[in-house]
Amino acid sequence: MIEGILIGLTTALTFQNILMVMVGCFFGTIIGMLPGLGPMTAIALMIPITYGFDPATGLILMAGVYYGAVFGGSTSSILLNAPGVPGTVATSFDGYPMAQQGKAGKALAIAAWSSFAGGTLSAIYLLFMAPSLSKVSLSFRSPDYFALMILGLTAIAAFSSKGQFLKAMMMVVLGLMLASVGQDSLSDITRFTFNNMNLTDGISFVLVVMATFAMSEALTIILKRNDPTDAAKQVSLTELGSIRINKEERTKMYKTIPRSSVIGFLIGVLPGAGATIASFLAYGMERNVVSDEEKEKFGKGSVNGLSAPETANNAACSGSFVPMLTLGIPGSGTTAVMLGALLGFGVQPGPRLYMTNPEIFWSIIMSMYIGMVILLILNLPLIPYIARILAVPKNYLIPLILFFSVTGIYVMSFNNFDIYLMIGIAVVATFLRLYDFPMPPLILAFVLGGLMEENLRRSLLLSNGSWEFLWDRTLTACILATTILIVIWHIYKTFKKKN
Amino acid sequence: MNINTTKIISLLFFIFSAFYLYTAYQIQVFAFDENAPFNARTFPIYLGYAGLFFSGLKLILPDTNTIKVDHKNLEYKKTGILILIAIIYGATILKVGYFLTTSLFLFASYYFLGERRWILMFLLSFPFVAAFMYLLHGILDIYLRDPFLQLIGVMG
Repeated sequence: MIEGILIGLTTALTFQNILMVMVGCFFGTIIGMLPGLGPMTAIALMIPITYGFDPATGLILMAGVYYGAVFGGSTSSILLNAPGVPGTVATSFDGYPMAQQGKAGKALAIAAWSSFAGGTLSAIYLLFMAPSLSKVSLSFRSPDYFALMILGLTAIAAFSSKGQFLKAMMMVVLGLMLASVGQDSLSDITRFTFNNMNLTDGISFVLVVMATFAMSEALTIILKRNDPTDAAKQVSLTELGSIRINKEERTKMYKTIPRSSVIGFLIGVLPGAGATIASFLAYGMERNVVSDEEKEKFGKGSVNGLSAPETANNAACSGSFVPMLTLGIPGSGTTAVMLGALLGFGVQPGPRLYMTNPEIFWSIIMSMYIGMVILLILNLPLIPYIARILAVPKNYLIPLILFFSVTGIYVMSFNNFDIYLMIGIAVVATFLRLYDFPMPPLILAFVLGGLMEENLRRSLLLSNGSWEFLWDRTLTACILATTILIVIWHIYKTFKKKN
Repeated sequence: MNINTTKIISLLFFIFSAFYLYTAYQIQVFAFDENAPFNARTFPIYLGYAGLFFSGLKLILPDTNTIKVDHKNLEYKKTGILILIAIIYGATILKVGYFLTTSLFLFASYYFLGERRWILMFLLSFPFVAAFMYLLHGILDIYLRDPFLQLIGVMG
């Protein structure tokens, strides 16, 4: 194993490869910042270019683009409340309020350090656990995945702000309903399309996330422009603040990062789970373990609330390489694109790769890690310049957010209908936000909808229509028991506070 | 029962869920799939019932955290205009082209939001869109349909 790591390091640390990773990080950050263009698009765009290089250099370029785009996605989540990818949605919960309080620089620095620490720790976990983890990931079955998704959705609803559980559950159901529009994945039967051809392929994730986050945020800002309670918030948006993280904040991060990295890595290892569930679960868990005083700060710019999802999503990114490299099963959309690129290079990931070609396995892991180091070195000094976007006055920023949102949809589909649909969803979301209906549960449910139905389908077919699959396996029963405990805990806490 | 806007939204969601459930039952499945443990309508039916359940609970249970929105302070007019401009933008982008419609959309939005610094408004619309278009189309090779630029011979 050590030999494999050393070969991986030697390959990744040549001048050409370091230059590639720098270029990749820079372009990845810019592409990732553009709402609608996430790591998946960024890597997909790079594939034709990488074929001009040898496999190691090509992969290193992609690694740089990948981490750059993830950091860029976090940047737009924090500065604009416009997460381009599902994995950075949870980052906006506390990152954006922090930016509104004039601490945008600090929020970006916390995100950068947490991402780096999450990636570093997950690389260490990978070092020691990769062989046995591939066996663990194989033991997960459809009922376990279904239960895990129920847990993720319940956790995000339960951990919404005080008194919002039912509202959050309504948003979860609405997200799942939106995800059910279009062709059924198995039978190709169209559902809820009302004979509209534009809905046959379903509603795209980018459209829903742009509508419910970026566009509805822009509309809410205009709508509340004269609201005296909101005016103070808007003024502070023009302030960047220091990027220095003080001792108290560092202490909080020291506690958050290890536990979030473990969650992120373990969730990342499960094929199909990925950075989104990891970041939401880490956020939920963090909110549950901190003190009551700190808990109150969640959703209002908490350091723990920002650090947890950022650590977890990066740890999950590394973790998601385990099923891809050891089983040949991509754990996420991004790793699916990477898998395609690896196949293009003639590298066949699968159970034999780790055993027979450890140097390929480790050069990929090492190049990912070096990408992260370079990203930190490059982006930390650039934070003040990146965050200048906040200095743009509202009269300019709002139309620019709308422009980026519409462009994101336009380049994806070249379809007027999608633009109308996005505007429609944004108007409804703006109205719902006015009455404190939380949007993150809707997004998570929308992302998980297809996977959830698929796993329920398999489970029910295997159990011949019986719901006994929910308690047949110990793992499924444990996950569901955790879900029930979360709901009971939430009801108990609400009841206790009421009294 | 105290009727507030949250309750009205819950009622609307209840009606929406009922409609969703009705539509879910109308989904045509293959004859051999009709009695299968899982078919194309199974998951939507569960969702419909879940929607009815949660919105029903929200309707019945007392509201512990009532949200009051002061409509007098909300800028409905400007928001409405912005939405209207976005709809016009969406309607014309394919026919007229990305460059002209996007630039005009940005310019009009700045104007209706109260901006009057004409040079800055111009710079942040036409040249800005041109630069952005170059990034997408020229560097990243993302196709942008633009009949207007094709007509005047700027784009191939």
